[in-house]
Amino acid sequence: MSETNVDKKVVKSQSEKSSKNFDVGSWLVPIVAVLVAMSLAAILIKLQGLNPIAAYKSLFKTAFGSIEGLGVTLGKSTPLVLSGLAVAVGLRAGLFNIGAQGQLLSGALAAAWAGVTFDGLPGYIHVPIALIIGAFFGSVVAGISGFLKAYRGVHEVITTIMLNSIVMGVADYLASHQLREPDQFLTRTAEIQPSAKLPIYANLPLGFFIAVVLAIVIWWILGRTTSGFRIETVGRNRHAAWYAGIPVKRTVISAMLISGAIAGLGGAVETLGITYRYAPAFNLGLGFDGITIALLGRVHPIGIIPGAILIGGMRAGAANMQFDSGVAPELVDLLMALILLLVTAPLITRFFKNNSNKSMTSGWGN
Amino acid sequence: MKTFSKRNGYFLSAILATAFFYFNGSDVTTSVYATGTVFALPLALAAMVGIMCERTGIVNIGIEGTMLLSAFVAFFVSSLTQNIIIGLIAAIFTGSMMGLILAVMAVSWRMDQIIAGTIINILATGLTSFLYVQGRTIPGVFQSFEIPVLSKIPFFGPVLFIHGALTFLGIAIILALYVAIYHTTWGLRSRAVGEHPSSADTAGVSVVRLRYINVTIAGAVGALAGAYLSLELVGSFERGFTAGKGFTALALMIFGRWNPLGALAAAMFFGLAQAYANQLMIDQIVNIPSQFTAVLPYIMTIVVLTISAGKVRAPAAEGQPYEKGQA
Repeated sequence: MSETNVDKKVVKSQSEKSSKNFDVGSWLVPIVAVLVAMSLAAILIKLQGLNPIAAYKSLFKTAFGSIEGLGVTLGKSTPLVLSGLAVAVGLRAGLFNIGAQGQLLSGALAAAWAGVTFDGLPGYIHVPIALIIGAFFGSVVAGISGFLKAYRGVHEVITTIMLNSIVMGVADYLASHQLREPDQFLTRTAEIQPSAKLPIYANLPLGFFIAVVLAIVIWWILGRTTSGFRIETVGRNRHAAWYAGIPVKRTVISAMLISGAIAGLGGAVETLGITYRYAPAFNLGLGFDGITIALLGRVHPIGIIPGAILIGGMRAGAANMQFDSGVAPELVDLLMALILLLVTAPLITRFFKNNSNKSMTSGWGN
Repeated sequence: MKTFSKRNGYFLSAILATAFFYFNGSDVTTSVYATGTVFALPLALAAMVGIMCERTGIVNIGIEGTMLLSAFVAFFVSSLTQNIIIGLIAAIFTGSMMGLILAVMAVSWRMDQIIAGTIINILATGLTSFLYVQGRTIPGVFQSFEIPVLSKIPFFGPVLFIHGALTFLGIAIILALYVAIYHTTWGLRSRAVGEHPSSADTAGVSVVRLRYINVTIAGAVGALAGAYLSLELVGSFERGFTAGKGFTALALMIFGRWNPLGALAAAMFFGLAQAYANQLMIDQIVNIPSQFTAVLPYIMTIVVLTISAGKVRAPAAEGQPYEKGQA
């Protein structure tokens, strides 16, 4: 027992050291990254012969300029908060869950199925049931990767990416066969029952509050509970965790299950709150945005929220930006990539005397 | 001795299976094997990228992004200049630059290599989505031609010696890499750096320089794999064009035990499986939904990794940044 305590102390002192990453100084890094990324993208827009200032003005005016726009932004941000949270939980356990995309898709499809199929339920039962089913399927998909990682040592990055494509194919098949809207040729499900739709109160989508509450809950679990401590310890040093008597394999699997459930919930919220049905093209890229958002928020459960709102706003304003200034809405994808590059680049992190990139994941070997 | 006989067993059963199919229908089998080779080549080339990097201890998960951006540049520049050779050169330059960026992140900045590779992938996706314009065309593709004499050999001729220029270039690179890794000073040094960098450093090999060189050249090879897709196999470009081939290649690399010929064999197996699935559908012997044949390679990747995990050994220093003076 005493050995365990010693190890806990070691781990604790390590985590205190790295908690410096979350002080005020380091929060300048994401802000600088966003500004530099926007300047770099502005050069590309200029090279295309378009006006970057007009583009950004239109982008942010649509997203944050009015109460209605803000409501849309928060709606778009909801699945992003959840996919960012899913990636962050994985990273905390030393797992790089690139499969948030597939987990999110399966959650979105499962929630659509639950939303269409269950009949005659009141909203306060129907919505939670559909959300839970979505989370469950996301969790199952991630659980496969977690199991293979824990018991076969297969790296989660490859299995989750492969599962992304597998889920996409299977969901595509189901949406064009068994789950297709009757008497329609489009590859999509029918619209969900009114009772399954997430309510919107005065432009503010309920889903966003669910996501924020969940982020707080995850922050509390990671920081204040035994299971959270296990996840953090396994993430920081698997061998130390093993010596301290922490069941590493079980922790890896449960971290993947939690991560997948959050991603699945993100898909379910997207279906029940925004699209009201499943169609293959609706959710493209949400899971990958989660990676950028998680790293932008310094892998902190609550820290991801501002990043998610920023990117949700960009997604919300992209179509209008194209209309106003002619810049392709894929500008947002480019911005995301540049932000990710800059936020992880040690040059700017070192500039702020902070070196946090060393232990976020591990290579093939561990 | 055990692995030797096992490998021979695999080899023998592959020959027997091929012979069996061949005597049951020589035309169909030949065409399936030729298609299989075509499917296998980009995977095999991409696996070479992984091998070159990982043998020196750098995990390159950005192969997918390297291929995607190079395929795009190859197509885009070919379309602008109406010359596919210039497109190919531009693609190879792009790929080398992406390799160089990975080397900067992984070697100089000592970043987590998985994250560095993911950045390359997301950057490639972002750039190609943003810059992609519909309706562009290229003047043509690298056309298939027959290598005289050799292409007249039954079975092997059509399978191996009637292809486009990039296929021949690719096969040559794979064979050259095999020789280079096991029979040259460069190969020995690369392997030493990947297994035990501090010893290699003590022996006078510059770890940093060799890693930079290998990752950059690997980027160029990845560019060839991408350019092969857009300039020879398909002749166009779309968003998400590479469809996970870069990741499948990593699985093939592991399955082939970081050996170029092993990875080539694994890629052939993948290519043939896909070619057979296609043939079965063309013949209407089985009616598999297209979505399921599309996910077949991904399922196979996971199965292959699950089988080979624990039985293979990666280069020892893989994924670890090197700092002088560290054991």
